[in-house]
Amino acid sequence: MLEPVDVLIIGAGASGAAVAWSLAETRMRILCLEQGDWIKSTDYPSNGRDWEERQFGDFATSPNRRRNAADYPINDDDSPIKIANFNGVGGGTILYAGHFPRMHPSDFRVKSLDGVADDWPVDYQTLEPYFALNDRMMGIASLAGDPAYPPKEAVLPPLPLGKTGTRLGAAMNKLGWHWWAADSAISTQDYEGRAKCINLGHCIAGCAQGAKASTDITYWPEALRQRVQLRTRARVREITVNDEGMATGVIYHDADGVEHFQPAEMVILACNGIGTPRLLLNSTSARFPRGLANSSGLVGKNLMFHPYASIRGYFDEPLDGYRGPHIGTWSQEFYETDLTRGFVRGYTYQFARGQGPVAAAMLGMAAGRVPWGKGHHHAFRQVFDRSAGMLAICEDLPEEHNTVTLDPVLKDAHGIPAPKVTYRLSENSRRMLDHAMARGTEILRAAGARDVVTDAPLPNAGWHLMGTARMGTDPSRSVVNEWGRSHDVKNLFIVDGSIFVTSGGVNPTATLQALALYVADNIKQRLSNLFD
Amino acid sequence: MTVSIPVALQSALTDAELRSLRIVVGAMIPASEEYGVPGADDDRIFADIASSVGRDEAAIRAALAELDGLAGGSLVDASQEVRDGAIARVREKHPPLVPPLVALTTRCYYRDDRVMRAVGMEVRPPFPKGFAVDQGDWSLLDPVRARGPIWRKVT
Repeated sequence: MLEPVDVLIIGAGASGAAVAWSLAETRMRILCLEQGDWIKSTDYPSNGRDWEERQFGDFATSPNRRRNAADYPINDDDSPIKIANFNGVGGGTILYAGHFPRMHPSDFRVKSLDGVADDWPVDYQTLEPYFALNDRMMGIASLAGDPAYPPKEAVLPPLPLGKTGTRLGAAMNKLGWHWWAADSAISTQDYEGRAKCINLGHCIAGCAQGAKASTDITYWPEALRQRVQLRTRARVREITVNDEGMATGVIYHDADGVEHFQPAEMVILACNGIGTPRLLLNSTSARFPRGLANSSGLVGKNLMFHPYASIRGYFDEPLDGYRGPHIGTWSQEFYETDLTRGFVRGYTYQFARGQGPVAAAMLGMAAGRVPWGKGHHHAFRQVFDRSAGMLAICEDLPEEHNTVTLDPVLKDAHGIPAPKVTYRLSENSRRMLDHAMARGTEILRAAGARDVVTDAPLPNAGWHLMGTARMGTDPSRSVVNEWGRSHDVKNLFIVDGSIFVTSGGVNPTATLQALALYVADNIKQRLSNLFD
Repeated sequence: MTVSIPVALQSALTDAELRSLRIVVGAMIPASEEYGVPGADDDRIFADIASSVGRDEAAIRAALAELDGLAGGSLVDASQEVRDGAIARVREKHPPLVPPLVALTTRCYYRDDRVMRAVGMEVRPPFPKGFAVDQGDWSLLDPVRARGPIWRKVT
């Protein structure tokens, strides 16, 4: 048997890294098990001429396409939105664009304000210091004074506007609509040992420069310096419990497939909205026959994505193209509820620059703008370096029929049952997507686009995995309490997107890391009676 | 109607499949004197395509088999007219078979030195030189500032 630890964290991604760093000051014996490995900056695609190709290969966003040793298969056949993730130290932050908005104060009170879903058991004001701390740890580039948010500090200067931001910003001014510099997890100055962004433009396949704040280069070096242990290529099969219903540790497979029992006084799950319910549902016992921490029956229920709409315009003159981070500015003109729009809640526009030549050709051909044959070359030159647009990231409300369950057949390389996703797009989301495509087309026309292409929901955009082990004060309607502890298992905590009550209309990383820091602080403050 | 393939290609596909694939990629992106670029069936580019099938092997095989079927058994042995018809029918009637062919072709075509130069790119990876992006002028936000807060207050 391995040496027992005080705290066992499962998953070294966005939230696992934050909670590990925060708890390190307690001097407890802390171990994190991560099924993937460290990624070296020299391994990222932008080092090579095949930088675009590898986005469809070993750095693809779909684990089912990527099929790296660290990945487990996910049956997402019964969902119009397919799962995107990354398994390794840093988790999804390795491949994210670095878009870093916080949820709004209203997002935590949707039942009270709009009569839908449920209020969160925490609010923006409570999380605000954790948002600020996380912004400093990650090194967030932003511009203070965004009218869409309560006042917040700018840690680093914003990303460059570029030709794209300037053109789209002018269009937004013409329409009288909100836009602002996006909060971005990309360092615009040298910061805490990270080099500043040099506009490689391929953030979503990992940052070779180290300017993008993936947690392998932000939280983890700090946590490791404080003697947190991180064991990679360690895939957890199940969480074990004793007769008293307390977690005793985990069984995991090492890099050679050898099974180990790792005892622990406390277990913290940070495996994302798919991996966490999968592990809980795989952890059955006589005492927990429906899966661990599942007396409410809500483990794996209420899966939320962010349905995305894409609105892309083609212009007569060159813009930024593939140079610079994809992101740069955003709009939250349609974020807060206005029922005259035909839906409740809202969305954020993430304005985007262009693409590399491969993506430009593929998208152009898929959209019928670039033909096969003789006309290919002329048409390609009309789209390459001449496109700009936006993604609308729409709030997805929780619905119990959207689920993560265990696939009865599919298993990973270690024989562990794989997750199965069942998801239906709601009518509210459909209307929101339609609204976003219509308003987005107006924006691009105002910006001078000669042609606009729209698409929704984007099929390969299931990045944000939330709600499958929701937090709440009522044990019959939630999986963890208001500070992340399981209602059923007093030494089991969850800190990833699973515990979201609603999704907001923004990328979740800033909020889930703030929540992880908040849960860690609660653990630290309650150490004397943590398991009561 | 002989379609050659470069010798000693490293590919998961059979020689017969490679000959069919070469016809398809050449139809997708032909050479252009006007733009000074080779076609995707150029020896060097096609060698790259042939060796880059990777994760798309099954999908490419399925598409080529369908094309052969529509061409009466062999795309390679068919007349130009029949080849064109088979390709058009696959694109029209079997859209899921097309994206893997497009992806494989464009991934290799647009990293060829000659093509990159022709479309105005420097022949290099993004790292370590990076690129320049205009900083822009944030005073463009003045009207947005003037409008004041728009976030929904919660009591």
